[in-house]
Amino acid sequence: MMTTQEQNISKTIPNQYPPIIDAAAKMQAINVDVWFGQKQVLKSVNLTVKPNTVTAIIGPSGCGKSTFLRCFNRMHELVPNAKMAGQILLDGENIYSRQIDPVQIRRRVGMVFQKPNPFPTMSIYDNVAAGLKLTGVKKDKNLDEIVRHSLERATLWEEVKEDLKKPGTSISGGQQQRLCIARAIALQPEVILMDEPCSALDPIATAKIEKLVTELKQDYAVVIVTHNMQQASRVSDYTAFMYLGELIEVGETRQIFENPKNKLTEKYITGEFG
Amino acid sequence: MMNRYGFRKFKNRLFFIICALCVVVAVIPLVSILFEVVIRGAPQLSLNFLTAPAAKGGIGQAIQGTLILIGLTSIIGIPIGVLSGVYLSEFGNNRYAQSLRTINNILTQFPSIIVGITAYGIIVLALGAFSAIAGAIALAFILIPIVTRTTEESLKLVPNNLREASLALGAHNWRTTLSVVLPAAKNGLVTGVLLAVARIAGETAPLIMTILGSRYFFQGFNQPMAALPLEIWRDSLQPYPDLQAKAWGAALILILMVLIINVAVRLASRSRMKT
Amino acid sequence: MRLSNTQQLFSKTKKFKLTGDNIFKILAAVVAASALVILLIIGYTLAEGSVPVLREFGLSFFFGQQWNPIAGKEAFSILPYVLGTLATSGIALLIGVPLSLGIAIFLVEMAPRSLRLPISYLVELLAAVPSVIYGLWGLFVFRFWMLNYIETPVSTYLGWIPFFSSSLKGLNIFTAGAILAIMIIPTIASISKEVLSAVPNSIREGAYSIGATKWEVIQHWVLSYGRSGIFGAIILGLGRAVGETMAVTMLIGNAIGPAAMPTSLFSSSQTLASLIANGFMEAPRGSLASSAYIGAGLTLLFISLLINVGAHLVMTRVFKVKGGAVE
Repeated sequence: MMTTQEQNISKTIPNQYPPIIDAAAKMQAINVDVWFGQKQVLKSVNLTVKPNTVTAIIGPSGCGKSTFLRCFNRMHELVPNAKMAGQILLDGENIYSRQIDPVQIRRRVGMVFQKPNPFPTMSIYDNVAAGLKLTGVKKDKNLDEIVRHSLERATLWEEVKEDLKKPGTSISGGQQQRLCIARAIALQPEVILMDEPCSALDPIATAKIEKLVTELKQDYAVVIVTHNMQQASRVSDYTAFMYLGELIEVGETRQIFENPKNKLTEKYITGEFG
Repeated sequence: MMNRYGFRKFKNRLFFIICALCVVVAVIPLVSILFEVVIRGAPQLSLNFLTAPAAKGGIGQAIQGTLILIGLTSIIGIPIGVLSGVYLSEFGNNRYAQSLRTINNILTQFPSIIVGITAYGIIVLALGAFSAIAGAIALAFILIPIVTRTTEESLKLVPNNLREASLALGAHNWRTTLSVVLPAAKNGLVTGVLLAVARIAGETAPLIMTILGSRYFFQGFNQPMAALPLEIWRDSLQPYPDLQAKAWGAALILILMVLIINVAVRLASRSRMKT
Repeated sequence: MRLSNTQQLFSKTKKFKLTGDNIFKILAAVVAASALVILLIIGYTLAEGSVPVLREFGLSFFFGQQWNPIAGKEAFSILPYVLGTLATSGIALLIGVPLSLGIAIFLVEMAPRSLRLPISYLVELLAAVPSVIYGLWGLFVFRFWMLNYIETPVSTYLGWIPFFSSSLKGLNIFTAGAILAIMIIPTIASISKEVLSAVPNSIREGAYSIGATKWEVIQHWVLSYGRSGIFGAIILGLGRAVGETMAVTMLIGNAIGPAAMPTSLFSSSQTLASLIANGFMEAPRGSLASSAYIGAGLTLLFISLLINVGAHLVMTRVFKVKGGAVE
């Protein structure tokens, strides 16, 4: 139960990240509000994502962390009645400005979903190649090379190289999720968003994905939403804690888990609620 | 690359427009039909037109015939259809019911003229005369499968815990069905049955070889009878403008009957959903 | 068959007693057999009625072109009308399928929420209009649209090609096919709408996430996932087109015999259904001609059965498999 006391605490916290543009940020959310119909689900959220890091967003279910993540590639726009205010910068440019098309943003900011969702009507090969084919890349050696590289990068190549023609849904759940990661990588994005990517997977598949996440930051900025605090502490460099649509605290992962500044964060970390 | 992107955006817009145009193109005939029927049919309307028989320039016998057909068909078809639907929904978890369901679905798609020939073969030939009853049986053959299907569909929407609650009170299966399940499904059931009746009201082909058509008011169940759809068909093919005008007047009455049922049923079910 | 199934019912109940429940259940089971009974009555009546003509003409009933009811010179063949049925239904599909898919796509993927219900209603109302009123409107209004804006220009410039030659009356295969197209739109559009709505959102999201435009998501993902369901919808639409009677009868020009062969897009012809509607009442009872019309009905029954059983197989598979995949 959320008590009024807790609500008061959260209101008294000053924004740790005031809306000042951070030149070193890969992506930066500035005062993001989101409404579904009349209901406000995000309240003035600020977050900076640095290049070549993994940023974890944690919080109890319903706190708006997935909604927030979806603002980073404008996927939340697909929800009917969703409204958004504020800015999200990618390399200092607001992705919500008028002249920017979400279609192009999504190529630069890839996404991996909660449930593995490989395209059932496409082969493994085509799952990876689909995004490139849209832009007119023809099926040739170059494309083969990109597919192979993406699958290798997602540590899936060895397992599927004989079966590239099989449907994307014919492999195991963990493999499917890595296929989805390969699908995102194939577009050579700059940022990869992951929305609880392991919640539908068994522990072994989860371990593989977690290892992969830590490797991916060599090339990309990764933002991962998780309800699993151990996972956040294992894979991330920065952790943001959200509660009831607000960002309560953000900092280096070790600091958040070992020495949280906010009482709510501490309560959540120690398992008092959530 | 940029050109390609521009082309993709263009295609996106283009297909949005194309799909919206498809809706417009489909709605044009509907609007035109309603418009023409009203414009050409309304001038015909008068008390005489609606109540007098053909000899006095009216379509009274056709209106009467259609109402009799609807009533007779409903009496024959609705009980059978509803009971069949009850069986498929409440006891339909076996192969027998499964195959009946398939046959029933196929019957709902059957060409109605085939049903007409059948009714001719089994009733008109047997009785030796074209008759109202042959027409009603032909229409019942069309009505029964539709009512069966909509009954099953609306009973399936009744939550199972309602059935369990009744059975737990010690009620028998049949009592549960009759006094709990059917009343709970009443709204959907009535909607479905009304739509089915509206559909058979406009059927023409099976009437050609069963009720034949008539210039006189109802003469008996074993005699030929008039009906609005037949009146429209026959009059429209005549080279005389006054008969063609009569066809439009009859069409206005028929379409009013059918559309009023359709629109009323939809509005009613929508207001139910809102509450 | 009905008996043995009822016996199965009996044997399932271990100790059978004539309780109220059992009486009710058996009564319902017997009444539910009405579907089977109707099917059998239709099948038997048509088969029995066709015997004389099939005995007299054998296979030439299906493959000849003549239709002559004059006693002594009788000849009955239904090939022109089978072809006429196929031609009008084919035109109906060519025009109706793209329109229906456009409507379904617009309703599921594009239209603002507030427009979806009203548009659905309008499309459903198209299905509520009786066939004979389509015919009436076709005869006095729609025919002239076709004649003035399509038939006349096309035959003026392309009339030297036999396929486009025309007698400029507007009563022909093309007009009949076009009105059938309007009539099958509600069938195909509403089923396709259901099929498209059943496409899991996760597929759309995945496609959007790799930078697909809305149309690309529809074209490469939604339509491809729903293709077998759409195929089923099209077959059901075909079933409706094949059996549709009144509107076609009023617009197809009602040619008979070899003249009914659909040689040009604008030639008058007949379908099996319109042949029966036009001529059945003129054939004397019990005559060979009467039997020939019933034979045409039997043929229509077979075509319709074939189409609808096919559609049934496709649709049950679609909704089983895809229903599972949604979960």
